Amino acid sequence: MFENLKIMYHQGKQYIPDVTSVEVPGIFRGRPVITSAPADEVFLRDLCPTNAISLAPFSIDLGKCTFCGECARAFPDKIRFTKEYKISTNIRERLVIREGDINTIEVDSTRVRKEIHSFFGGSLKLRQVSAGGDNSVEWELNACSNVNFDMGRFGIEFVASPRHADGIVITGPITVNMAEALQITYDAIPEPKIIILAGTDAISGGIFLDSPAIDRRFLDTHKPDLYIPGNPVHPLTFINGVLGLIRKRK
Amino acid sequence: MNYLSIKNHQSVPVDTIPESEYHSFLIGNIKLMEGNVDRHCVNYFGMRDGKDIRLFCCVADDSAHTIMLTSCRVDAKSNLESFSALNLNFEKFEREIHENFGISYSNHPWLKPVRYSTSRSDAGSGMMTYPFFGIDSEELHEVGVGPVHAGVIEPGHFRFICNGEQILHLEIQLGYQHRGVEQLFLEKKKLLQRATLAENIAGDSVIGHTTAFSYLWESLAGLEVSDDVLFARTLAQEIERTAIHTGDLSAICTDIAYQLGSSVFGRLRTPVINYFQEWCGNRLSKSLIRPGRTPYPYTEYLAGRLIEVFDAFEPDFDEMIEQTLKLPSVLSRLERTGVLTYQQVLEIGTVGMSARMHSLERDIRTSHPYGLYPLLDHNPIVKHHGDVHSRARIRREEVKQSISYLRSLVTKIPNETHYDPTAISNMPLKPDTFALSMTEGWRGEICHVAITDSRGELALYKIKDPSFHNWLALALSVRNNEISDFPICNKSFDLSYCGHDL
Ligand code: SF4
Repeated sequence: MFENLKIMYHQGKQYIPDVTSVEVPGIFRGRPVITSAPADEVFLRDLCPTNAISLAPFSIDLGKCTFCGECARAFPDKIRFTKEYKISTNIRERLVIREGDINTIEVDSTRVRKEIHSFFGGSLKLRQVSAGGDNSVEWELNACSNVNFDMGRFGIEFVASPRHADGIVITGPITVNMAEALQITYDAIPEPKIIILAGTDAISGGIFLDSPAIDRRFLDTHKPDLYIPGNPVHPLTFINGVLGLIRKRK
Repeated sequence: MNYLSIKNHQSVPVDTIPESEYHSFLIGNIKLMEGNVDRHCVNYFGMRDGKDIRLFCCVADDSAHTIMLTSCRVDAKSNLESFSALNLNFEKFEREIHENFGISYSNHPWLKPVRYSTSRSDAGSGMMTYPFFGIDSEELHEVGVGPVHAGVIEPGHFRFICNGEQILHLEIQLGYQHRGVEQLFLEKKKLLQRATLAENIAGDSVIGHTTAFSYLWESLAGLEVSDDVLFARTLAQEIERTAIHTGDLSAICTDIAYQLGSSVFGRLRTPVINYFQEWCGNRLSKSLIRPGRTPYPYTEYLAGRLIEVFDAFEPDFDEMIEQTLKLPSVLSRLERTGVLTYQQVLEIGTVGMSARMHSLERDIRTSHPYGLYPLLDHNPIVKHHGDVHSRARIRREEVKQSISYLRSLVTKIPNETHYDPTAISNMPLKPDTFALSMTEGWRGEICHVAITDSRGELALYKIKDPSFHNWLALALSVRNNEISDFPICNKSFDLSYCGHDL
């Protein structure tokens, strides 16, 4: 008992007091900024491993980007990744960053279903389904609930049973072999329910998009409520994204 | 039977690998390994070659630091005598060959699907038709768990046969995570795409797999990398090991409801993975390892930060682990739980921690050394009971060992070399060449093999995660345990689903 108390004393407070504004350490790659500086744009398009870069207008799609940083390394005056981790949105097109685009990426409250604010504003239980996820996003989702990020303080939690859940968090590109289990899990969640896509693989298929082992038809018939980019998603991106979805901005 | 001996990360012309007729291929390989604990099969696979299937067998000799290569040509419609009937090391490999090519085996003990890959020969089969072992009994019952589990983890199905609370048998069905990675390696031609694939094989073993790929590619391209690259890879591998082991200790504590250990180890992992972010911008070290170069030069500043991070980490870690492993309520859950005997470990041919937990010094860092490991004079940490407790103690000591390596590595930072990423990406690969690359990830031995065609294009890419060997170890270790102990057994192995399913 005494030993345990000593450890608790030594640990002190470990939580991040304000997860909406804390600065992340190091050289985190979050929302990119693209300038009008000249660059070999064709070279950049061909460099990108996941076809996230398009020309005319020159843009980066964060739903496809693996945040490898190679484009910014090749033309640092053209592309710079900022440390801004708030990059989640409910509008898929908003993930496409164009030249000169420096606005924060946000959830557009006007386009959030009404029941999301009224039912889930104070508490949200989520069922996670990994459908070909590589265990990196899953890892970071677990980190959201650890004592540092402490997502539970906002009433957001992962639950075991879909019957207890208000929505589903999908990771991975959705494999053929997991497609049916994903559908069954989704169906088991009571209405109203939300769908969150977490990570590049889930949002666009990522590097796996062309594989015959992928089956993304679930997304043809179900519209996601939130896109959370990242490879993997950063816990702060996830927490802020979900808060942006369920809480109406005053 | 003739064989060709190669070293780790070596490439050789494919046609120098001796080809024998099947019976001598079988007997020869079995003989190579018979009664020799230093030898185990690191890869055995097939490749389509015209109408035939060419089988390649790679047996590692840990004391001679070599890998013995042999091959054999068979017809896809053959019905063969199985290796597995004589040596269980080959069990999964033969199932994979059966699944992919339709080759049948007359005396394989357990010829079941592996992952239902898209290239499987029996397209009529699927996840829902998996032939589970069943039991016809009034007293026994079956428990099915998954593919979607209680926690935030990857999918897999566990089918238990229990007598009351006691597990008699566990069968694990995998394949839900199959993304067609090996095929994509052939189709994605850009080096950056392949590196991206490598770091997505198992997102919790980014360094292990991407490093294995990088050495392999460099061997095929005939590129010697300089010390700063070797330095970065070695350092990163030991940081990854420290981070994941610490996280696993947290998870083990969670599963025995020891809240303090769960929280403290969980939070101790944070500064270690944040350190990766400081170095390369990604907490799971994606983008850090690239073939032919190191994109994020290591600086004196980073070295200073590393020392700061671990100076703060170590006293907390020591205090917590010491307390955890002396609490009777913890020990009573870990000791003699999920035991594998020495004999079973040998038979299965487990690797990494799952071998070292039972007196077997299987560790690529010493047996087939690479990077800066020869300078570190690495000594594998070995335990002797094969239980959850042994696996937890290995983690404790490996964390300490890795930190001491990190501290010594950063005293000598090699000079930065200048690289031209475009020139590296455009390097041609040697034609008609076979290359093999192994690294010791935190789970154990990772083995990648590639074969190029006459134009120097990849004709085969084969990935073996340590989990490929070790899932069977988990299944056998839970026998006669209570089903409520399954979670800690599972966590103590912490195997990869996506690394297995590919
Ligand atoms: S950082 Fe994103 S956009 Fe740039 S090359 Fe990498 S994947 Fe493509």
